[in-house]
Amino acid sequence: MIPEIGYAMTAVALGLALYGSGAAAIGARWHRPALIQSSQHAALGVFVLILAAMILLVYAFLTFDFSVRYVAMNTNRGTPFYYRITALWGALEGSIILWSWMLSIYTLLVILRYRSRHPEFYPWVLSVMLGVLAFFLLVMTVPAPPFQRLTPIPPDGRGLNPLLEDTGMITHPVALYLGFTGFTVPFAFAMAALITGRTGDEWITVTRRWTIVAWYFLSLGLLIGGWWSYHVLGWGGYWAWDPVENAAFMPWLTGTAFLHSVMIQERRRILKLWNLTLIILTFGLTLFGTFLTRSGILSSVHSFTQGTIGAFFLGFIALILLGAFGLVAARGDRLKAQGELDSILSRESAFLLNNLMLVAAAFTVFFGTIFPLLSEAVRGVKVSVGAPFFNLVNIPIFLALIFLMGVGPLIAWRRASRENLRRNFLWPVGLGIVAAGAFRMLGVAHTLALLCFGLVVFVTATIVLDFYRATRARLRSGERLLPAMGGLLVRQNRRYGGFVVHLGILVIALGVLGSNAWSIQTETTLRRGEAFQIGRYHVRFDGLAASEESNHFKVTGTFTVANDGRVLAVMQPAKKFYPQEQTPIAYVDYLMGLREDLYLVLGDFARDGSQATIKVQVNRLVTLIWLGGLVLTLGAGLAILPDRRKA
Amino acid sequence: MPARPAGEGPADVDSDAFERAPTPSARVPGPRNPKPSSEGSWRWTKWAIPLSVVPLLVLLAYGFRTDPRAIPSPLVGKPAAPFSIALFDGGRLSLDDLKGKVVVLNFWASWCVPACYDEAPVLERGWRTYKDRDVVVVGVDIQDTEEAARKFIRQFALSFPNGPDPTGKISVDYGVYGVPETFFIDRAGRIRKKHVGAVTEAVFTGEVERLLKEGS
Repeated sequence: MIPEIGYAMTAVALGLALYGSGAAAIGARWHRPALIQSSQHAALGVFVLILAAMILLVYAFLTFDFSVRYVAMNTNRGTPFYYRITALWGALEGSIILWSWMLSIYTLLVILRYRSRHPEFYPWVLSVMLGVLAFFLLVMTVPAPPFQRLTPIPPDGRGLNPLLEDTGMITHPVALYLGFTGFTVPFAFAMAALITGRTGDEWITVTRRWTIVAWYFLSLGLLIGGWWSYHVLGWGGYWAWDPVENAAFMPWLTGTAFLHSVMIQERRRILKLWNLTLIILTFGLTLFGTFLTRSGILSSVHSFTQGTIGAFFLGFIALILLGAFGLVAARGDRLKAQGELDSILSRESAFLLNNLMLVAAAFTVFFGTIFPLLSEAVRGVKVSVGAPFFNLVNIPIFLALIFLMGVGPLIAWRRASRENLRRNFLWPVGLGIVAAGAFRMLGVAHTLALLCFGLVVFVTATIVLDFYRATRARLRSGERLLPAMGGLLVRQNRRYGGFVVHLGILVIALGVLGSNAWSIQTETTLRRGEAFQIGRYHVRFDGLAASEESNHFKVTGTFTVANDGRVLAVMQPAKKFYPQEQTPIAYVDYLMGLREDLYLVLGDFARDGSQATIKVQVNRLVTLIWLGGLVLTLGAGLAILPDRRKA
Repeated sequence: MPARPAGEGPADVDSDAFERAPTPSARVPGPRNPKPSSEGSWRWTKWAIPLSVVPLLVLLAYGFRTDPRAIPSPLVGKPAAPFSIALFDGGRLSLDDLKGKVVVLNFWASWCVPACYDEAPVLERGWRTYKDRDVVVVGVDIQDTEEAARKFIRQFALSFPNGPDPTGKISVDYGVYGVPETFFIDRAGRIRKKHVGAVTEAVFTGEVERLLKEGS
């Protein structure tokens, strides 16, 4: 019965979402508060139904109900308890449920917050959000139903993709989808602004913090994805420019651009058309990302299986892009700037340049991602675009962005005077040059590394200088040191939250720089008892052990790692053999450190345990990437605190 | 969440103590009184934005016609690797015995849900339809336990020759990457097509008819 009950729930939810979307629109157009009220109830109903469907599916997973096709495909009797729960979003159909559920949460939050405010916008926002929700429910009903009966019922299921049996799998999709779906809120407000013709700054002011929340979760999702790749995939990297990674990165780039450009509109009332374009692009790219992962038009390690779902997504993307940009065109006369750029040496220009760089990066990533498709369509040749292209094009762009990160927040609005430039940038520029020089003397010859390091120091110095001066000003007015600093952070949380996020990005940049410039790796075959030296580590192979786990067979190698005769750790990389997988899955073991990680991957081995091949990497500064993520979390948290100055 | 009602002063007074942001000079002209369009050209060019989306959509739609995973097997057109397999119901079968016949070689496993479950009835029906016309369906069960495999065969009442590949030699020789995969071998013993994923009625009949028509 479970497949039928679940299917009925999704179908009813679809009906409610469609009704709610229509009712809100009609209520808004002809001023019928009762209809808007009714639409709110529909939204609540949708939320409850999706939640119930999720619980039902989890129940099916926990009870091994293989009459549900999705359960049979993504679990078997050996799948551990926790992964039977996360298997819920382990594949296409379930991931759409998770997605819809989060979107329904955002919809409820919007209702709770705005039902008695912004009366012109609110019903339209509700209508757009329920409309988007209806689309995902349609996907769940027609092309990719999670509740589908499988006959005959197989005695056991296929099992979860072993790569997904990891804690990263619990958090990564949740964060990523909270980010993706979160951008629906600013998008819906933008559409409401266009529909009502109130294309001023209201929608931007209202959605500022929603945008930060979405942006933050998307960043977190990307970072956890990198972490997962690093400690599960066993190739020692965290980013591969894979189409699906790119799909999540593109909305991050345009979302970041949007986050910055709205500040210019708030202050200078320019860039209205640009901001609308950015949020439409960002929302469109989140859909495109989902489309890419699920349509099977591009090949990727991450992608789900294909089916007719691609056509549904393409249709919806077409509807959103044509509809939204059509609205922009129709409202074009209301989007004229009410100010102008005064000088190239101004904060506006710095932000504008930052935007151009981010959009350029998004465009190159987009181009590189779909190039294989383009090539096949135009020349009939299958090609693949790999890391060299993306790195070549994006490294200069990102270095320029770091530079602008230092300039933007401190340069004067409108027109920077010579005095303003000298005062804010003399010291930081000097420090950056000195740091790069010192680095050069320490023996670093790589130009890009020197440039990156110099820039990081420059930006850090601008932030420290600004904070120092602001604190000093407060001290002069009689405050004591700690209250002065704390007061700055809390009272000007938006500015300093942004700065802390910038610091987080700088720490991540150093991690990326270090891991690319100084990591070393080697592959070697050792006999039992034999050892070899890499970096400052002495690695000895002590033997192999085999074990039968609940759903796989595991061969574990034992390696003793020492430094100057002192034992640091006993590491146990393994290889896992799942019956349903052709190739064994590596289980990486690594020794994490601030300066470097020692990273072991077990390769081939002799069956009698007499020898084993091992890949060893010393990955430098990778930990900084995760630390940067923590700093970024603090900054984002600070930036979304309620505004204290009003109180 | 943002509690600020619209139009109530600038959203964020610049915190920088040293340089204040200029407040927008024109605070009043709200969005309700737009200036009339002065540029006539806007009227035409403004539709360029939505229209620029169209070529992209066309390209993506084209993507449906291609399969990025369809890497042509280098074995197609080559002689099929000889093998000999111990059948579940006793006896052996080797490819040499099947010279002059059209062979449908199917790699499967009992845990392969749902593709192998989808195609098993198709293969059985195909076998029953064509077995008198010099067509042989051979099943190779890979990476499986014998017990589960026998249960699978009973469940679908499979009557064509079926056997395990315990050492994995056959699947390596045929470059099998996942299950199910199906090879269509012509009367001369050459691999003519590799099908990845569940075999459908149309694929089975189409390929077999084509190879039968070629004669020997």
